[in-house]
Amino acid sequence: MNLSAEEMRKKVLEILAPWRDRRGGLIPVLQALQGLMGYVAEPAVRIVSEELKIPMSEIYGVATFYAQFHLTPRGRHVIRVCRGTACHVRGSLKILDAVKEQTGCAENATTEDLQFSLEPVACLGACGLAPVMLVDDQTFGRLTPDGVSAILAQFV
Amino acid sequence: MPIYRAHVLVCNGTGCASNHAGAVTGKIKSELERQHLADEVLIVPTGCHGMCEMGPVVVVYPEGTFYCRVTEEDVPKLVEEHLLKGRPLESLMYKGKETVAVPHYRDIPFYGKQNRIALQNCGYINPENIEEYISRDGYVGLARALGGMTPQQVIDEVKKSGLRGRGGGGFPTGTKWSFCASSPGPEKYVICNADEGDPGAFMDRSILEGDPHAVIEGMTIGAYAMGANEGYVYCRAEYPLAIIRLRQAIEKAEEYGLLGENIFNSGFGFNLHIKEGAGAFVCGEETALMASIEGQRGMPRPRPPFPAVSGLWAKPSNINNVETWANVPQILSRGGDWYAAMGTEKSRGTKVFALTGKVRHTGLVEVPMGIRLREIIYDIGGGILNDKEFKAVQIGGPSGGCLTQEHLDTPITYESLPPLGAIMGSGGLVVMDEENCMVDIARFFLEFTQRESCGKCTPCREGTKQMLLLLEKICSGKGEMKDIDLLEELGNMVKNMSLCGLGQTAPNPVLTTLRYFRHEYEAHIREQRCPAGACQALLSFTIKQDACKKCGLCAKNCPVHCIPGSRTEGYVIDAEKCIKCGTCFTKCPFNAVLKG
Ligand SMILES: Cc1cc2nc3c(=O)[nH]c(=O)nc-3n(C[C@H](O)[C@H](O)[C@H](O)COP(=O)(O)O)c2cc1C
Ligand code: FES
Repeated sequence: MNLSAEEMRKKVLEILAPWRDRRGGLIPVLQALQGLMGYVAEPAVRIVSEELKIPMSEIYGVATFYAQFHLTPRGRHVIRVCRGTACHVRGSLKILDAVKEQTGCAENATTEDLQFSLEPVACLGACGLAPVMLVDDQTFGRLTPDGVSAILAQFV
Repeated sequence: MPIYRAHVLVCNGTGCASNHAGAVTGKIKSELERQHLADEVLIVPTGCHGMCEMGPVVVVYPEGTFYCRVTEEDVPKLVEEHLLKGRPLESLMYKGKETVAVPHYRDIPFYGKQNRIALQNCGYINPENIEEYISRDGYVGLARALGGMTPQQVIDEVKKSGLRGRGGGGFPTGTKWSFCASSPGPEKYVICNADEGDPGAFMDRSILEGDPHAVIEGMTIGAYAMGANEGYVYCRAEYPLAIIRLRQAIEKAEEYGLLGENIFNSGFGFNLHIKEGAGAFVCGEETALMASIEGQRGMPRPRPPFPAVSGLWAKPSNINNVETWANVPQILSRGGDWYAAMGTEKSRGTKVFALTGKVRHTGLVEVPMGIRLREIIYDIGGGILNDKEFKAVQIGGPSGGCLTQEHLDTPITYESLPPLGAIMGSGGLVVMDEENCMVDIARFFLEFTQRESCGKCTPCREGTKQMLLLLEKICSGKGEMKDIDLLEELGNMVKNMSLCGLGQTAPNPVLTTLRYFRHEYEAHIREQRCPAGACQALLSFTIKQDACKKCGLCAKNCPVHCIPGSRTEGYVIDAEKCIKCGTCFTKCPFNAVLKG
């Protein structure tokens, strides 16, 4: 989302409000920031640091530790290909290759036109339907490499 | 409450939802209206039935008729035949190998050997409706605990049941509770570990999605027993539906006075919060999980002090797994003796396994402890997919090991697995067939643990990296025989010297495959051959000339045009240019392309 500096400051302060005098707020705050802007943007981190009196280094320490947080903008559609065990033994590597080929997107990267981001994940918890991938919040199971293009076509 | 003559249960678990269960539900609704049955038949969206492979699953009561792989197009006929005319629709029923339609839930072999305790409500009730939970004896256990039992009596009951932690370690739950209960201080915490990090296990997800109140009730009972008034459920962010269901359930329980202040007028109060994880496997480890709740990097710390003494915010804390908590309400309502009567001497009760991989019926199964692998894979799971040869089963996820043919008749208990190099873990069972390469599987797990290692201690950070490099070398055909010894040496070192359970168990998949499938490692190194045909770098493709019908499909589909020839002369693969993608192998209609 494109926000003016003014608007962003206002939203970030709203997100921070419940955590000013409560413990354990950093992760929920970062989650909310990412929910707002699609990624953890530096200007917002600066505000968090100043307001909650947490050093920038500590915030980045946390943000880079967890796979969920992204420091750069992501694509309009996020493709998560499961690389968990159940999916691996049923050929998820071939699915991942097919997605890479179709989108021209590398692992953990975003296409230049910001259409797709591709993120391999450990397990989506739909192992009974392996191999599985998630596009945004839609789950697709029992995939075949040939079936990938029809699914991705729905998202261009 | 209005009375309905029939209930249509539609699974809305993640598995079925991804198979368009939502659209099926909508269609059933509109068809019922069209046939003027909306006042007579109730649609109940439920949690997971466990048989995800066969989804979307629809069960019609009172008969208990089990329909599988129901599509939107099937619905008009289903509604007309079964619900209007009262004739169960055979074409949609489950069919076993014998291809005879099996009408009832209980007669399907997948369910025959199961004994569903932790999963008792999954698939039977609408998880968003607290009344349905209550009508199946929900909150009876809590009422018993608060209505006359002392905290110590509650702990004794749990001890009597023999329940052990279902999150991996198998530590006796009652004993763990007594540690926390005896720690002094007014401020204590109970925590539910719903981080479910084992890739290939999804029982915790199904319980939270299908029966969230069981977890809430279990935690409230535990909080009473240990004297805690505050609790957290730490749920991985990859499970959005579980988080939504849990949030709704907490609100409902608060509304009904089953959470909050002065529950059942007992004077005891308990508040429950949800914390969303942010994607780190190591956060499943209890000390790392608590650091994560506190808002820090989720890195483990040495124990002692144990969480029972100094846990969350340095206060006495108790952490249990989702499945562990979900067993507690029934232990209180039916008694510890009832629970202890199931399972074996040292491993009491039942365990949920996530049966996945190359097995016919993948899904969640709950069976008494002590059951044999053969019963799970063949009787419940229906055997190996496409009648291939069973090769191995991976039990316990990245911390576990691979077992073989010779272990199929070993009873599964907490004690029986460690001597074989495996552990119960969270209950993931990934079945593998002749086409799965065991060196590749070992590499796969190491890639996972190496990536997820938090980096705090050197043996785990550097050791897993070196092990992974060795495995990659072997998989690409560049291995040497001395690498095997080095892998073993490194594996034992990482195991013995790492700080937390992640490193201490990470070598298990490598060490067990070395133990049981050493010949596969040797074939990769000595003969530069992958016996399973899975390691791409070691593959070679050839065309068997007497089987080739010269159709030319291979040449046409080859992405690098390395199959010269013509429809009159036949085709040959140019091994120099071949990128071993396997396209010709899959495209050939006559199985004339050989992979080796
Ligand atoms: C690396 C690592 C990951 C773990 N992941 C989980 C997990 O995802 N879920 C879980 O319940 N326990 C997990 N555990 C085990 C927990 O540390 C802890 O033993 C467990 O939650 C205790 O609950 P229980 O006694 O009910 O089993 C993990 C342990 C380690 C070392
Ligand atoms: S392993 Fe892919 S969904 Fe679990």
